[in-house]
Amino acid sequence: MDAVGGVLSQACYEGLVFGLVTIGVYLTFRVLSFPDLSVEGTFPLGGATAAVLIVNGVNPFWATLAALGAGLCAGLLTGLLNTKLRITALLAGILVAVALYSINLRIMGGANVPLLRHITIFDKVGSVLGLHGVELSIVVLLIVVAIVFLFLYWFLRTEIGLMLRATGDNEQMVRSLGGDTNKAVLLGCSVSNGLVALAGALIAQNQGFSDVGMGIGMIVIGLAALIIGEALFRARGIAWVLLACLGGAFVYRLFLIVALRLGMNPGDLKLITAVLVVIALGLPFIVKRIRGEWLPPAARW
Amino acid sequence: MSGNNAVLELKGVRKIFARNTVDEVKALDGINLVVPDQDFVTVIGSNGSGKSTLLNIIAGVFPPERGGQVVINGVDVTNLEEYKRSTYVARVWQEPDMGTARKLTIEENLSLALLRGRSRGLKGAIDKDRRKLFREALALLGLGLETRLSTPVGTLSGGQRQALALVMATLSKPSMLLLDEHIATLDPKTAQTVLELSDFIVRREKMTTIMVTHNMDIALRYGNRLVMMHRGRLVIDVGEDDKKRLTIADLVNAFERAAGEQFKDDSVMLNQPECK
Repeated sequence: MDAVGGVLSQACYEGLVFGLVTIGVYLTFRVLSFPDLSVEGTFPLGGATAAVLIVNGVNPFWATLAALGAGLCAGLLTGLLNTKLRITALLAGILVAVALYSINLRIMGGANVPLLRHITIFDKVGSVLGLHGVELSIVVLLIVVAIVFLFLYWFLRTEIGLMLRATGDNEQMVRSLGGDTNKAVLLGCSVSNGLVALAGALIAQNQGFSDVGMGIGMIVIGLAALIIGEALFRARGIAWVLLACLGGAFVYRLFLIVALRLGMNPGDLKLITAVLVVIALGLPFIVKRIRGEWLPPAARW
Repeated sequence: MSGNNAVLELKGVRKIFARNTVDEVKALDGINLVVPDQDFVTVIGSNGSGKSTLLNIIAGVFPPERGGQVVINGVDVTNLEEYKRSTYVARVWQEPDMGTARKLTIEENLSLALLRGRSRGLKGAIDKDRRKLFREALALLGLGLETRLSTPVGTLSGGQRQALALVMATLSKPSMLLLDEHIATLDPKTAQTVLELSDFIVRREKMTTIMVTHNMDIALRYGNRLVMMHRGRLVIDVGEDDKKRLTIADLVNAFERAAGEQFKDDSVMLNQPECK
């Protein structure tokens, strides 16, 4: 495979995995207007859950589903802290992420769990389809992402899904129309973190190990991909917005992979990502300032 | 028009903000009000007279002080949460932003409103039958919105959004409608249109309605009953027959007298000879 094809297929795989994270971030930040940072903890939670179950001989499909379930529960917890104890969304997410760090260490019994010589979901699918390498990774991810996409495309247009979307838009109105907005927050946070944990489980299986630190910066990665997707595709309608999340993740990962190939130090990745997000968020305001336009006061949420 | 059963009963409703501080405000100071079926009550009062607090108490945004009671259709709903109470009470706010969700389309907003008081399930939010229902409801407005079901609400004008909010409030036939200065932010011409639409819908659906307004002329021209509030109390309460003969000057006089009397009585009733 030539260099360009290698870069593109690697970006495809990573775009699909982090596309799941991006969709999760989209669900909380955009659909619910709930800035949920617990993904920093739920991503490694997914990896830890799947890895430990696989090492203990559980079928990797069940292990992956269990990781999804663990993410759903953790997200629910973030939602409960906010709706039942009135802890602000940002703090609730940070608290859950911090708590999950210890929990992930407990689950794994150490800082990481190697999966070498254990049968993963990729090996299972590969032996059925006769694929291997990055093609296999892409096919497995395509299947998972397609299922997630179809599920969300259906769910967000149901009566409950519509209530979820309206909650982030005008919470007071939803309550005045008899919608339980607390329920919407619980459900949204739960599904979001379930998807992020699923992504963690898949990455751990693909790279052959789960690590307690693999979630660091995950929220910034998700946000960067989301912002890029929104800026590039200006999508309207649920299907297009979901595709824009995946597209944004692809472009973002492509950018990083190229930068690495050009000799960037891998340790600088997170700094570059953070700077990217700052530029993407800050640029519109700098442009307005230069043009002398009116600027609204800074939001704090 | 006033009918048989009371839709709304407020008994000894009080609301105190910032209690036991220097800023203590008696927003509502012993309100007793019975609104019979199909009454259209207009409420006037100056700023801080308690009009908005009254609507918030009825809608369940917050509860009254202990001892006060809110009864709707004979059921005590004093401590029922706002989202559960919405089965009975619909509301249109002053700001068009409050009553509609701007990122969602017209049909999505209407679908949310259609499910008022019903459990929301995993059924598709919008289907053919619902679209037909939405089109019919919007066609009554005569604004052409029925042809723009998939337009995001954020792109509509303030008047169009208030008209949509009116349809959303009445779509699923709640027991009563609260209009909270709902035309205050509109330009005069649009305000008149939305007001006419409100009156039309209230009559057509035979809705029991409370409309809060700053405008005495509007309070006199619409509805079959007029209530004036001052410092958390009902100071004037006139029925249909008296209301027809009232003028703005009468209202101003009555208000000044009520405000001047320091409220030795709980209410100052208007009667014919006094206000000519």
